[in-house]
Amino acid sequence: MEISNSKQEINITEALMTRINELISHYPADKKKSALIPVLHEVQDAHDNWLSVELQQKVAEILDILPIEVYEVVTFYTMFNTKPVAKYMFEFCRTSCCATRGVEDLMDYACSKLGVKEGEITSDGLFQVVGVECLGACGYAPMLQLGDFYHEKLSKDSFDKLIEDCKAEKITLHDK
Amino acid sequence: MGKKILLDKINIPGIKTYEVYRENGGYKSVEKALTMQPDDITEEVKASGLRGRGGAGFPVGMKWSFIDKKSGKPRHLVCNADESEPGTFKDRFLMEYIPHLLIEGMITSSFALGCNLSYIYIRGEYMWVFKILEKAIKEAYAAGWLGKNIKGSGYDLDLYVHVGAGAYICGEETALIESLEGKRGNPRIKPPFPAISGLWANPTVVNNVESIAAVPWIVMNSGAEYAKIGLERSTGTKLISASGHIKNPGVYEIEMGITVEEFMNSDEYCGGMIDDRPLKALVPGGSSVPILPAHLIYKTAAGTDRLMTYESLSDGGFATGSMLGSGGFIVYNDTTCIVRNTWNFSRFYHHESCGQCTPCREGTGWLEKILWRIENGQGREEDIDLLWNIQSKIEGNTICPLGDAASWPVAAAIRHFREEFEYHVRFPEKIKDRNHFVAEPFSKVQHLVGKQTV
Repeated sequence: MEISNSKQEINITEALMTRINELISHYPADKKKSALIPVLHEVQDAHDNWLSVELQQKVAEILDILPIEVYEVVTFYTMFNTKPVAKYMFEFCRTSCCATRGVEDLMDYACSKLGVKEGEITSDGLFQVVGVECLGACGYAPMLQLGDFYHEKLSKDSFDKLIEDCKAEKITLHDK
Repeated sequence: MGKKILLDKINIPGIKTYEVYRENGGYKSVEKALTMQPDDITEEVKASGLRGRGGAGFPVGMKWSFIDKKSGKPRHLVCNADESEPGTFKDRFLMEYIPHLLIEGMITSSFALGCNLSYIYIRGEYMWVFKILEKAIKEAYAAGWLGKNIKGSGYDLDLYVHVGAGAYICGEETALIESLEGKRGNPRIKPPFPAISGLWANPTVVNNVESIAAVPWIVMNSGAEYAKIGLERSTGTKLISASGHIKNPGVYEIEMGITVEEFMNSDEYCGGMIDDRPLKALVPGGSSVPILPAHLIYKTAAGTDRLMTYESLSDGGFATGSMLGSGGFIVYNDTTCIVRNTWNFSRFYHHESCGQCTPCREGTGWLEKILWRIENGQGREEDIDLLWNIQSKIEGNTICPLGDAASWPVAAAIRHFREEFEYHVRFPEKIKDRNHFVAEPFSKVQHLVGKQTV
């Protein structure tokens, strides 16, 4: 696992704990571990979209499992981030159908517009361009995922607009 | 216009909500099922000929009949909504726009199987759909379709949505079960099959969203009626996700048996090629199935019309056919570079390999690297045979079908488009730009390949 030296402030609020308990209640009492992935999503969303080792240990404590059981899951699944990410992480689908409809050129455009290479975070911490594998939006290509939502049938113009909307804080990342 | 049974109500305003869904005949199959013997429902599903819609096409009723009812252990139905096969986005469409159809199917199917605790496993990226389903389930509980003693029948069912976190492999049913248990998505060695030992070692059936969504119609109209739709062993309707270089990409419900040519060119469906460019290749059933070259798309090698059925799409075997798979219909025009597209698929499988089996973990990486160097003008003549050799050593040598899925696209690309690989190796200066066939389609330069002696 890539271990980040960045410090993360851990804050399991009452509302978050209520949601965690709701998720745990979806499984038999002796199968609490099954709630791990849904719980990690909630915890990550509430902590700037990444999971430090300390935060993972906290999740282990909540679910009464060993820290290793959390680490091995976090490192297996693409959606969990083990180091800080930008506030707005543009995850472009780059698999065949999206590539066919021009996502490679669009990603190049996004990188040059933001002045970063793929994976890098802009100096203000706001933006990041990442390539991911098929997001199941093949008919609406090219597209990207931002938080819980998809932005589809993109063009350079609509991407520019998206950046403006992010800067103006008009974009919702997570629907609560 | 073909018969629709899944998306027939999709255009009714507000069909997403419980009230409108119910007013339009929703949940009637649950009312009916609760008056039937569970095994009789399984018999109806068997009679329908419904085949698993996730890709494998295994008969649903038969899968149900394998579930261990004798051990007395709790049984589970798990809906596979992990839809991740490149080219496939039909389940998302169904769940997003008519979520109660899936929930109704889950209740009816769970009753048939004698399950009291069932789950829908949805991929993590479909987070907004996860929320839609959570809301719909709450509505179903409030209306008395879930929980204890459903509608006074004495039958109890709890249903929850479980969310994944980005792993194609979790679409494999045993990996999905591992993931649902809060673990890495490593497929299990079979046997035992999930029907005997699945979720928490309990008997479990895993079915695709579209399969489960067809059950209410079968219960209401009978298996025999369902079997009248479609063609021969390809009964019923199928959701097709159409993408690529076509005028109208999207999700379409078709009655199985229409011709590929009609699906591709009719305005009711794909509407023909974008910019009217020539059709070059088709992946008819998601990235894992063999790619077909233009001359084998509308006609089989035997010269008969190619139909949208399990049988017709696989006519000719892998030599000249493909598979219906998940119905991920990806169309490519003459600007597409087959080498680059195959590299793209191999990168996908390399990224998604869980790493348990050496042939897949290592082999997918080699495929990706070799394809990358060919695509970037550093390929060698012998690389083409090397690719063939590697894919043949992955296929059939892994715990789960991901290995086969990674091999088949590479094998089919070399089988049908070998000259394009040779062109890349022999004319590296002509492929420097990644959009090389946009400027000059392969058909314009193909003559060069034959002239070069090696």
